[in-house]
Amino acid sequence: MNTAMPIESPEPLREERVPKNYITESRTLKSWLFTTDHKRIGILYLFSILFYFIIAAIAAALMRMELITPAGDMVTSETYNKLFTIHGTLMVWFFLIPSIPAVLGNFVLPMMLGARDVAFPKLNLLSWYLFNAGGLLAVYAVTFGGVDTGWTFYTPYSSTFSNSHVVEMAAGVFVAGFGTILTGLNFIITTHKLRAPGMRWFRMPLFVWSLYSTSVIMILATPVLAMTLALMSIERIWGVGIFDPRLGGDPILFQHLFWFYSHPAVYIMILPGMGVMSELVTCFSRKPIFGYHFVAFASVAIAIMGFLVWGHHMFTSGQSIYAGLVFSFLSYMVAVPSAIKVFNWTMTLYRGSISFATPMLYALGFMGLFTIGGLTGLYLAAVGFDVHVQDTYFIVAHFHYIMVGGMVTAFMGGLHYWWPKITGRMYPEKLGQLAALIMYLGFNLTFFPQFILGYLGMPRRYHAYAPEFQIYNVMSSAGASILGVGYLLPLLYFLWSLKYGKKAPANPWKATGLEWQTPSPPPKHNFVETPVVTGPPYQYSAEAAEAEFTANEKGEAYG
Amino acid sequence: MKFPVFPPEASEVARHTDHLLFALLTISAITMVVVFGPMIYFLFKYRRGNKADRTPVELPEMKIEITWTVIPTIVFVGLFAWGARVYWRIERPPADAMEINVVGKQWMWKIEHPEGNREIDELHVPVGRNIKLTLASQDVIHSFFLPAFRVKQDVVPGRYTTLWFRADKIGTYHLFCSEYCGTHHSAMTGSVIVMPPEAYEQWLKQGAPGPSMAQEGEKLFREYGCSGCHVNSTIVHAPPLNGLFGRTVPLQTGKFVTADEAYLRDSILIPSKDIVAGYTNDMPSFQGHVSEEDLLKLIAYIRSLSDTTPQQEGAEAK
Repeated sequence: MNTAMPIESPEPLREERVPKNYITESRTLKSWLFTTDHKRIGILYLFSILFYFIIAAIAAALMRMELITPAGDMVTSETYNKLFTIHGTLMVWFFLIPSIPAVLGNFVLPMMLGARDVAFPKLNLLSWYLFNAGGLLAVYAVTFGGVDTGWTFYTPYSSTFSNSHVVEMAAGVFVAGFGTILTGLNFIITTHKLRAPGMRWFRMPLFVWSLYSTSVIMILATPVLAMTLALMSIERIWGVGIFDPRLGGDPILFQHLFWFYSHPAVYIMILPGMGVMSELVTCFSRKPIFGYHFVAFASVAIAIMGFLVWGHHMFTSGQSIYAGLVFSFLSYMVAVPSAIKVFNWTMTLYRGSISFATPMLYALGFMGLFTIGGLTGLYLAAVGFDVHVQDTYFIVAHFHYIMVGGMVTAFMGGLHYWWPKITGRMYPEKLGQLAALIMYLGFNLTFFPQFILGYLGMPRRYHAYAPEFQIYNVMSSAGASILGVGYLLPLLYFLWSLKYGKKAPANPWKATGLEWQTPSPPPKHNFVETPVVTGPPYQYSAEAAEAEFTANEKGEAYG
Repeated sequence: MKFPVFPPEASEVARHTDHLLFALLTISAITMVVVFGPMIYFLFKYRRGNKADRTPVELPEMKIEITWTVIPTIVFVGLFAWGARVYWRIERPPADAMEINVVGKQWMWKIEHPEGNREIDELHVPVGRNIKLTLASQDVIHSFFLPAFRVKQDVVPGRYTTLWFRADKIGTYHLFCSEYCGTHHSAMTGSVIVMPPEAYEQWLKQGAPGPSMAQEGEKLFREYGCSGCHVNSTIVHAPPLNGLFGRTVPLQTGKFVTADEAYLRDSILIPSKDIVAGYTNDMPSFQGHVSEEDLLKLIAYIRSLSDTTPQQEGAEAK
């Protein structure tokens, strides 16, 4: 034992006492569809978001193919507009928002707290059904007729002019939103009420802090989106003048309402990733996190300040100059806590014992990509600069660096990290490292050229473009195909590992979280004995890790 | 194979934006060195199996945290101020600007010069003059984007927005619609042609314009029946329009407004919104009856009734 475990187990866990785990408990389809086990619901979410991800990724692939040449010659403008709408709506609401919270969060949050399940297991299942009811409605809208408004639904185009399935799509997002709200509610109450004995607030893993902050945003922001989309639909169906100036409405009002939700939603799509980062960086450098309180409060600060910066999406919309200045200033302030997090992760590496296992490669990838995404956020917050690059590919590149480079990278890192816990199998390490590398290179080749494209002035959502933009579009499309391989590889080896992967021990990474103190896969109610927490999290020792590594030259224990 | 990095830099604002870009790039480079330098060093030195001193040390956590909170905050405030300065310049048109009207509709730009010249998807302007565009949309939101000048402004139905620039290089530059506006959004492009002043004068004359915008507005003023009440009527008591533009108008509510384009537009479309002190709400709404282009002409006419419009000053100067 080289790491101090923050729990006291009266006696070591014995395999024979827990013969069945949450997967083998019952093997019928019904037992999955009616499960209230947070772990199974996490798995259900994993399959669902994979489904939506594949549709949205195919749409992206078709767009990148179209954009290889300047002329709009592969698909019609109408189809192209529907493709980017599919990509945006499905990726944002049906992949990114549920990705880490609903899959990894559902699976590990109760275990991290030492709980048997979330506070409201049935509500948790209802969330999944609402999510998929919304998702299927959205898929119906995009397959039978299509939607061409973009994911932003700007009025009066969406409410009056578009001849597509706008209301169906809005209804899908509306319904799925209730799933998000209930998940947020469940997480908050679970964190308040179901912590194991001794699990004080400042003994909670930072992933819990980030999920807690995310949940607060989910509960406060999502209803605003629901109302906004409902108002837009009311105008579209019954012609009630809300946003269309010809009916006496105000189109800019829609943007205020939409971004009042959608900016905080950006943090729903990054905060959980930051939480995963804190778990990975500590475990794979065998160091307690540097500045635990600062990292925890940075999450809370981001959640609160995220509500105050929506106007930076509207610098060129015609809002008042003074509003532009205020939102610019606040946008710079919200960047401070994000910067603090990056500094703390870097400092955590100091005097560590750093392993480059797959999850750590993703964590390092996150640091690189998120930093570029964050830095370019500083460009956009400079209001005079934003006037030029607003609605260009610069914006597209920036938010993909945050959403994909940040959140998806963290999701992949977390998925590899907890995969042994979830499935009881190890993924193939070498292939994992290779895929992480391919993804990193493919991502940069896809999105870095888009910064230049944006500065050159190529507007986003362009089906055809001026010839001088071609070279960067070709680079971007080439990168996208590499990125595609990077995503396909894990899909294949994860499936392979289910049957052929090495059996995973309870704690393959020798990590300190409570989720590692129970067998892999865990039994139905997570713990045989309710754990008791006696100390702070992340009690890693770099020296002990080195000592063990030297003793066991292979160092396999740490991957 | 060409790898363009900068769009043409054809205005003073473009230079300011580019300078801001260089500042941001410098700060990014410094940040990358400061963050990734130590990170790469740590990753190398403390990689597992490498001999290094790993004894835990007590670092002054509070001091370190405060340092790396305060320094970025100061840098951010500086960047904010710089960005704000550039924005201030972009957003406030100089008083002496030459005015041109733009109407966006799915999927074209209709441009009307005060002299009466009209063009579609092309904007001819003289070099070295401040140009102020008044932007209106007939349907959905568009955005008027001139990358060579680093300026952009959304064109919003139901209101006027403005955009100004001063081109300082002769040439032809891109005009893009940058707010998604429906099926042929990416075809809603055009060009700005920056010409020497003499050539621009020539172009204006060659365009063989019929009546000027104000003259057309005068015609419409009669056709829509505005003149019935607003010109020497004895039956209906309507506010006179001579010398109105640019003046401060007292309202019934006790407030004051400046009679600018937005005010005139509202008074035509929603007369009940701002009733002039001493008058009653008798005027019918013209919402849905007057197209955006006709509105701009009517406003041009009302402006021409005022002595102080810049376009007349410009005409005298010639």
